[in-house]
Amino acid sequence: METGIRIFLLKAGLVLFSISLLSSPVLAAEKTDEADEPLEQVIEPEIDRRDVKPPKIDAQDFEISLFAGIMSVEDFGSNFVYGARVGYHVTEKLFIEGSYGITDTSETSFEILSGAATILKNDERELTYWNFSFGYHILPGEAFWGKNHAFNNSLYLTAGAGNTQFAGDDFFTWSFGFGYRVLLVDSIALHLDFKDHLYDNDILGPEKTSHNLEGTLGLSYYF
Amino acid sequence: MLILLLQILFTGLAQGARQLIEVRVADPYLELHTGPGEGYPVFYVVERDDTITILKRKTNWYKVRTNRDKEGWVPREQLERTLLTTSDTPVEFRDTSGEDYPGRRWEVGILNGDFGGADMLTIYGAYNFTENFSTELALSQATGRFSDSYLADINLTYMFVPEWRITPFFKLGTGVILTEPKSTLIATEDRTDQTAHVGGGISAYITRRFVFRAEYNNYVVFTSRDDNEEVDEWKLGFAFFF
Repeated sequence: METGIRIFLLKAGLVLFSISLLSSPVLAAEKTDEADEPLEQVIEPEIDRRDVKPPKIDAQDFEISLFAGIMSVEDFGSNFVYGARVGYHVTEKLFIEGSYGITDTSETSFEILSGAATILKNDERELTYWNFSFGYHILPGEAFWGKNHAFNNSLYLTAGAGNTQFAGDDFFTWSFGFGYRVLLVDSIALHLDFKDHLYDNDILGPEKTSHNLEGTLGLSYYF
Repeated sequence: MLILLLQILFTGLAQGARQLIEVRVADPYLELHTGPGEGYPVFYVVERDDTITILKRKTNWYKVRTNRDKEGWVPREQLERTLLTTSDTPVEFRDTSGEDYPGRRWEVGILNGDFGGADMLTIYGAYNFTENFSTELALSQATGRFSDSYLADINLTYMFVPEWRITPFFKLGTGVILTEPKSTLIATEDRTDQTAHVGGGISAYITRRFVFRAEYNNYVVFTSRDDNEEVDEWKLGFAFFF
């Protein structure tokens, strides 16, 4: 314990010392450079600088959505899934989002066939996941409803990483997917999402990568 | 009475939230697109000296209404060549750029990496006191073969040359780690230990509000056993600044 702290503090001290060595001459050099530059301006402009404040315009870059659908958890059946998602649109093409979802899983075929044997306790059957993803609108466009209505829509791809809590354990999870978005009005959109959540686990004995497919329908609000 | 009060409140809110500004087109013409994206077709053209009202913004696109009640989307670059009707000054529609990066106040990021062999995900928020110094609060989850860990850390970060596009940084901090052994192992108890870390990395400005970040940290976990644990942590990810 004692030696560990001492080594740690020594390391920290060494790094701090090297910073002070590195940064001080750099800063000093910059200051002298500035002093050498001619400061006098030949012509003094006689214009009052007007303070232009950037106008405050209602921005809709954030998106919050609720979704529900079906999630198939490998070996544990397909069940109802629901959750929420928050997104931030960085550009017209790129966005980031954080998702959280909950689903109950059913019994494995082994548990059903054997009758009595159970692999998981009741409170371990619920699966929750969260992930952060990057999204990219690959095919933005307009869809037409009859002659007089046009809706902006888009097909997008997502990729991200997160965590799955299931069977009493946490699993690092990659998730890949695609989705389709239709803007009903400027601030409300309908989403159809498909995602594959991949994680390594040994719940049923040998270690394997399980694929957990999820299809959901969601409604989102831009603000 | 209540209805009247509510009405007053809502109209007040609506007026407070909407600050519609009117601008005059200074370019020969201004093109209105059907949607907020470069692919959406142009369906209407506003001539020079016509006035338009700016309604809202989505990323880099502005929804405007013409004086003939046509509504469409215009990119930021085109609106930069319009004048305010009230004062005839150009409208300032600035895009966030690299110049804003050194003077940023808040930064939020997501990092992904390796914590002594375990997969790790970190979310952090940083507040910048000066261009050089900032403090960061980070929450991490590491999922390994034999145990899962949750970490909460607070640190002080020093940026060496903040005005550079790619700048190295150094950090020193402390926190706690909660370790939960996997349930498939023979039952062992969860434990919480104090940690300290020292590390460094690079922060690179990409575009707009985006920053790329790569870092290495050396953790010391002060365990209740005889020896302290040392853990190497590598991670990279992205951040946004405000």
